[in-house]
Amino acid sequence: MSTSFIGLARNRVSVVWAMLVAATCLSWWMGNDASGSAREIRIISTALLVIAFVKVRFVISFFMEVREAGFFLRAIVDAWVFLVCAGLIGLYWFT
Amino acid sequence: MNNSEATERERAPTDVPGEVGVWVFVLGDMLVFALFFAVFIYYRSLDLETFRTAQQTLNQNYGALNTVFLLVSSWFVVLAVIDVREHAGQYAQKLLVGAMLCGTAFSIVKILEYGEKLRAGLGVMTNDFYMYYYIFTGLHFIHVLIGMAVLTYLWFLARNGISADGDMKVFESGAIFWHMVDLLWIVLFPLLYLLQ
Repeated sequence: MSTSFIGLARNRVSVVWAMLVAATCLSWWMGNDASGSAREIRIISTALLVIAFVKVRFVISFFMEVREAGFFLRAIVDAWVFLVCAGLIGLYWFT
Repeated sequence: MNNSEATERERAPTDVPGEVGVWVFVLGDMLVFALFFAVFIYYRSLDLETFRTAQQTLNQNYGALNTVFLLVSSWFVVLAVIDVREHAGQYAQKLLVGAMLCGTAFSIVKILEYGEKLRAGLGVMTNDFYMYYYIFTGLHFIHVLIGMAVLTYLWFLARNGISADGDMKVFESGAIFWHMVDLLWIVLFPLLYLLQ
């Protein structure tokens, strides 16, 4: 089955990719500003971690195609994403 | 039935993209890096001044650029998988070459960055931040190099034609490894370069 490259690229994964690049730019912009109160810095850093793990979940779901997988794998990777993200944020705030 | 056509009802709980073996490896690797991330944040809290000061010497633009390189490469790789699976793979080889070029770009930036740091006298023993920086990004860089070899192998698979379901599973597995390389850096970039 033949198709043009545009036809191939016109796919949900391309939308996901564009969002991932946008999220990277957003994080870079947020991280560039080192000023602000201690509390503001904490909130921005927390947001950066959340954004990172949202990006990771999109890569796992759409690029690794885990969203097409059976229950066990989806549960395991979701657990990793959630537990690691929460764990890092917890360590960041409480240590 | 290929994975993209399986509906919620028709999937078995144990269905995975690629081969089970690659997931054993990938999940194990992700667990190890998760521990690295936790260790970093914990020990950082014990010496905030050192870590904050040292982080100022990192170039966030290099980190962001490298993130984009890997994202583009992963996009090319997933398009290659779809191309092989649904469109007889006419673009797969070019996409894989594109992905490898992105990986090469990442590597060049990494080497330039390491060179700059070392010339400035910032080595692995300089302080704890730099110890973690070199170890984590260094291990990740080794994964990138292994990933480039995997992409090369996928290029040969695409060139010879993916016929059976087994071949497709192998192709998907290689792609999954490369996406892991991408997702690990997605966490490393803010963790090392941006987090304050």
